Amino acid sequence: MSTPQTLYEKIWNAHVVEQRDDGTCLIFIDRHLVHEVTSPQAFEGLRAAGRRVRRPDLTLAVPDHNLPTTARLDSHGQPIPIADPESAQQLEALERNAPEFGIDYINASDAKQGIVHVVGPEQGFSLPGTTIVCGDSHTACHGGLGALAFGIGTSEVEHVLATQTLQLTRSKSMEVRVEGELRAGVSAKDVVLHITGVLGAAGGSGHVIEYTGSVIRALSVEGRLTISNMAIEHGARAGLVAPDDTTFAYIKGRPMAPSGADWDAAVAYWRTLATDAGATYDKVVSIDAADIAPSVTWGTSPEDVLPITGIVPDPSAFADPSKQEAARKSLNYMGLTPGTRMTDIEVQNIFIGSCTNSRIEDLRAAAEILKGRKKAANVKWAIVVPGSGLVKQQAEDEGLDQIFTDAGFEWREPGCSACLGMNPDKVPAGERCASTSNRNFVGRQGPGARTHLVSPAMAAAAAVAGKLTDVRAFAN
Amino acid sequence: MKAISRVEGRAYPVGLKNIDTDVIIPAVWLKTISRAGLGKGAFESLRAVPGNVFDDPEYAGAPILIAGDNFGCGSSREHAAWAMADLGISAVIAPSFSDIFSGNAFKNGLLAIVLPQAAIDRLMEVARTDDIHIDLETQTVTTPFQDRFEFEIDPFRKHCLINGVDEIGLTLKSSDAISVYEAKLSADRPWLAPNPV
Repeated sequence: MSTPQTLYEKIWNAHVVEQRDDGTCLIFIDRHLVHEVTSPQAFEGLRAAGRRVRRPDLTLAVPDHNLPTTARLDSHGQPIPIADPESAQQLEALERNAPEFGIDYINASDAKQGIVHVVGPEQGFSLPGTTIVCGDSHTACHGGLGALAFGIGTSEVEHVLATQTLQLTRSKSMEVRVEGELRAGVSAKDVVLHITGVLGAAGGSGHVIEYTGSVIRALSVEGRLTISNMAIEHGARAGLVAPDDTTFAYIKGRPMAPSGADWDAAVAYWRTLATDAGATYDKVVSIDAADIAPSVTWGTSPEDVLPITGIVPDPSAFADPSKQEAARKSLNYMGLTPGTRMTDIEVQNIFIGSCTNSRIEDLRAAAEILKGRKKAANVKWAIVVPGSGLVKQQAEDEGLDQIFTDAGFEWREPGCSACLGMNPDKVPAGERCASTSNRNFVGRQGPGARTHLVSPAMAAAAAVAGKLTDVRAFAN
Repeated sequence: MKAISRVEGRAYPVGLKNIDTDVIIPAVWLKTISRAGLGKGAFESLRAVPGNVFDDPEYAGAPILIAGDNFGCGSSREHAAWAMADLGISAVIAPSFSDIFSGNAFKNGLLAIVLPQAAIDRLMEVARTDDIHIDLETQTVTTPFQDRFEFEIDPFRKHCLINGVDEIGLTLKSSDAISVYEAKLSADRPWLAPNPV
């Protein structure tokens, strides 16, 4: 009988091209997503060395980070030029590089365009059991389908383009088991915020995490993508959820996915991937679903998580002296005083979007809270940025755009937007934003912007209340 | 990649934990299509604070930076390593690094050296007045006060750094093995070939 293996070990072993004596492995990459920000220097490197893209058929390019989310076509259907010359130049570089190297490119006004991590699963490009890379740390997202997916730097982007492989060493494995039943008002986002609070921002360092347990099994694929997306926020190289019937039902019929006899063969293979009984992880962390409340961050690291019923902590209460100093700096940046109730913190901006929370399920959850309600007068700016053109279309078919605009939200074109403050969508200095994104770093949503990470329903509730608030008081 | 085996000089005593990539280089600087010139935006939010170490003449041109746990967490942007290199930094010493950052640093000949917190505390002290020496060959960090700290480094990375290896060139020598793998993959899992978008 063969040794029991984890899902991670199975995917890793199936992708080893060569192993060197020092343990470094040459790992084959099944899928490579490319966007405009981390690729220009890689294509330039290929050109300078006279190298070609080895497998353009396994590579898909789509612009997302730098695109404005305002209208892209004028009344004659012509593309509206991008005002910022640097952004325009970077987007043009991808538009030029993709055809030059024979790579499929989804353009900015195509309904299929969106955030790479929304587009990959949506198109059936991302599949269970594959290795997926992208020059973006939230590539971990695709692990929600049971793919070994991780972010890489631009040198590695160039390496994958040239060789379709990476030189890697095996990570350690960790199981994060979430058992029980989620309480009312608790979503996948709250689960992953809670996990990040428990593990800390570096808790998963050097590990690939497999999320298991009854809570994960009961989640939709969208929810699993949300959880795996933030694996990087607790420091993990990648996150994984074992593929199951929920996964297969999600993938079936997607344009780039296998079909016909290929589909049956694929599912048969995917069914072999689950972690074997008796396989062991280097570390196991157990979380009780009953301990997870609708959650919110108070500081400038995603580990700074509290239940919405919590109060702003006193830095001197932390045991670790370096955390005390970090907490002091965080509170100073965030303009918060220890002892303040989280529900007393006013917000001026609401952002619903990002690769963490911009799929149809996220928009439905926010719309459910907003239906028949309006944003508070002190909320100056509230935007919804769907994860892709297809998500946007579906939401419009369901009438969600009307609910958002009636509530005082702007309904935007797809992209990364205010998650990282790279395009014009920024939170003004000194103002707060209840945001469904993944990072509350200093300056992340714009210089001086203060971010509170929340779920889509919590962001919607904050818009109505004008302050951080407990979504459980809003049950329709 | 340029070869590197030794770094010596002053060190910026930063010391904070969880210094993320948005702190190292904010997104607004990422619109460039070049690797050069990012030093201007490096540590922008830290440098906005009066009296910060980056603008202190005492540390001008320091080739080393000392930080707390989880340095480089967050984004995969290699611009973080490019910005630090452009600022003249050749080595970072911290108790831990994010996986992606340490990979990016390595690809750019920027040493990411892991030492325990006690060693970091001592080096933070020395950095305020004196030079720090890093020797990759012997895997040691030393000070003029006889401090000597040994560090671990992946042997493959050490080899590449000391010899300035072009990693893509190295992998391309395995092209035949990659072709063999691809052929087997097409036979075993033909359904993996994506339909065109």
